[in-house]
Amino acid sequence: MAEESSDRTPAPRADVCVVGAGPAGAIVAARLAEAGHDVVVLDAGPRFDLADREAQLDAHLRPGVNGLWDMGGERDAYATDGPRDYPLNAARVKGVGGSTLHWQGMVMRLHERDFELRSRHSVGTDWPIDYADLRPYYAAAERELGVAGADDNPFAPPREEPFPLPAFPPSHSDAIFAEACESLGLPTHSVPNARNSEPYDGAAGCAGYGTCKPVCPSGAKYTAERHIARAEAAGARVIDRAPVQRLVHDDAGRRVEAAVYATPDGTEHRQAARSVVLACGGVENVRLLLLSDSEAYPDGLANSSGLVGRHFMDHCFAGAGGRIDRPTRQNHVGFNTTECHALYDGTDPLPGVKLEFLNYAGPSPVTQALGADDWGDALLDDLRDAYGTHLAVGGLVEQFPNAENRITLDRSTTDDHGNPVPKVRWSVGPRTRAAIERANEVQVAVLEELGAEVDWVVGPDATGPAFHHMGTTRMGTDPAESVVAPDCRTHDLDNLWIAGSSVFPTGGAMNPTLTIAALSCRLADRLDGWL
Amino acid sequence: MDLTRRDAVAALAATGGAVAVGRAFLDSPSTESAAADAAVPENALASLVAVAEVVYPDAATGVGDFVETYVAGRVADDDARRAGVVETAAALDATARDWFETPLTDLDPETLDGMLRDLRVDVSDPDPDGGLPGRVRFYVVNELLYAFYASPTGGRLVGIENPAGHPGGVESYRQAEMSSETEDDG
Ligand SMILES: Cc1cc2nc3c(=O)[nH]c(=O)nc-3n(C[C@H](O)[C@H](O)[C@H](O)COP(=O)(O)OP(=O)(O)OC[C@H]3O[C@@H](n4cnc5c(N)ncnc54)[C@H](O)[C@@H]3O)c2cc1C
Ligand code: SF4
Repeated sequence: MAEESSDRTPAPRADVCVVGAGPAGAIVAARLAEAGHDVVVLDAGPRFDLADREAQLDAHLRPGVNGLWDMGGERDAYATDGPRDYPLNAARVKGVGGSTLHWQGMVMRLHERDFELRSRHSVGTDWPIDYADLRPYYAAAERELGVAGADDNPFAPPREEPFPLPAFPPSHSDAIFAEACESLGLPTHSVPNARNSEPYDGAAGCAGYGTCKPVCPSGAKYTAERHIARAEAAGARVIDRAPVQRLVHDDAGRRVEAAVYATPDGTEHRQAARSVVLACGGVENVRLLLLSDSEAYPDGLANSSGLVGRHFMDHCFAGAGGRIDRPTRQNHVGFNTTECHALYDGTDPLPGVKLEFLNYAGPSPVTQALGADDWGDALLDDLRDAYGTHLAVGGLVEQFPNAENRITLDRSTTDDHGNPVPKVRWSVGPRTRAAIERANEVQVAVLEELGAEVDWVVGPDATGPAFHHMGTTRMGTDPAESVVAPDCRTHDLDNLWIAGSSVFPTGGAMNPTLTIAALSCRLADRLDGWL
Repeated sequence: MDLTRRDAVAALAATGGAVAVGRAFLDSPSTESAAADAAVPENALASLVAVAEVVYPDAATGVGDFVETYVAGRVADDDARRAGVVETAAALDATARDWFETPLTDLDPETLDGMLRDLRVDVSDPDPDGGLPGRVRFYVVNELLYAFYASPTGGRLVGIENPAGHPGGVESYRQAEMSSETEDDG
């Protein structure tokens, strides 16, 4: 952990108080600070020192060292009560940088159909904005995240300019897959990565450590620490280990006046601000609104619609893997270089399906060696048997919004500050199950086309979440049907804005963070105008 | 598969010790380990080398130099890790003296292998704060296996010249075959 910022007292009334230092909040903070506004950022977690990344890599690869990002204590307690378990603390990080400290870093734009599901297919809901509205902000977001990509995806929505960095070229296993996919009529293409294919914006190029998720020692993988550094350089004040306990509003219930936060020494402070941007992720955004209930908002702040916490969505994993009789060269790098969006926009299945061709199928020898029950020549034989010929196709499958999947408060359990913890109710509906099965069919067909012996399939029963928390403060034009307006400002309060994937009305099957970044760029523009 | 100081430096690169220590070794082989070796007592290093002869495959030669360079570099600026390695090596040596009335470094490899298995080090979970088997697994066996298999040298024996934890660049994942050994592994 980095040296403690010693002074955690509030600044004078700020123009903007950003709650949460993940990408959603950090991008808003950097852009508004650079536009000349007084910005204060409060984050519940610590600053993690860049100098410790090598030691964290060690902790990740070597069994026996715990807590890479310190998640899971009393601070992070949660409950689940749905038909599916939800491992919330594997799905997020609290700290300056937020969950991008741990993330993988694949960043695609949503497709046009994602904004128009109700109009096109009578399912889910439409976004109140469309792809064209977001398109310039997607380009801005790609520059913000330093995306390495190529304009070679026949299924991607139209784009106006090249990616800021060249794509990572395809892997050896991509070439193996490409043959099979071609004969099955599934065009493959590159993956946009928030990872430096060459040095960018002061950060190093990728060095091939192969441990991107959960930690990149070279700094080539984007983390929101970059935007926090930019915000601070432009004069923003960033306070770590400062969990906001509640937001307090004026008598009229029209404006948030301050964020009340706690510090490690047990003191509570009050940061007054002209505007507040809530950016705590799709679960904690809900919790903070619910914890901020008042006479004016008995069901939680900004919750006149009753929809805060509802329509919780994630992306479901589908995958299959096996072995072939030639070298597949896996586990050199920790990211993917080929995808297929061919199944995404059609109607069989209707939920979006994105296929990913993994560069890290099968065991990594070093991890296997450290957990083995043998050593010497016997261990080497085992490692040789296990390594070298694995292939795997993963994928993400869309969930349509379902009001019963939701985040609430579990009042029977409290965190380290005595606040009720979040409760996650998550289920996987029949359409998504069927789409996962369809994804599996295609995945197995690709592997069989290569003559692979398929030895695992993750289908609808074994599926799990991809850790993308969406939908819980949905965007819309009708205050009865949504929590925020199209500009990401809450319908109920004039100066409360929400950043992050909680505003997504639907989530498609693309990893969400590029869209989060695009919306944050847009929010910053709107808020700048408002200020 | 002859292990060299260069391999140890590569292994260190994976753990962050390379920049400071590695360069010194490569640039001035004659003054090599003077400073760093002082950090870990001779007898502890000798015990680690003896264990390495057991847990590394027979194909590995040059183990002594590799281990000395790697361990010295690795603990150079990590006091807690150094204390753990030194104490655990001493405890293991004490066990050898207790069971066989001889220093660990005088045991033949088969006897040492049997001793480690009798201690259940092979099946214990690594645990820096646990009992002797867990600590030996963490500070001695896994430290050594990590050095070996997170370096191109150990990786190559398995078929991967750029194993996880080794910053071996962004070329190898694209190649159909393992690059030849003379090429720079990063
Ligand atoms: C393992 C993993 C892999 C992933 N891979 C990808 C990927 O490849 N591509 C992709 O697009 N997305 C990926 N994601 C998701 C991505 O990390 C998130 O979409 C993104 O980080 C969300 O940004 P955010 O700023 O909204 O929230 P977060 O990044 O979660 O940040 C929220 C911040 O708010 C702070 N906070 C919470 N409550 C409070 C409070 N009360 N007061 C003050 N601060 C608070 C937290 O400490 C945290 O720092 C992955 C996630 C995980 C876990
Ligand atoms: S492979 Fe991943 S962990 Fe390694 S340098 Fe590249 S981005 Fe970072």
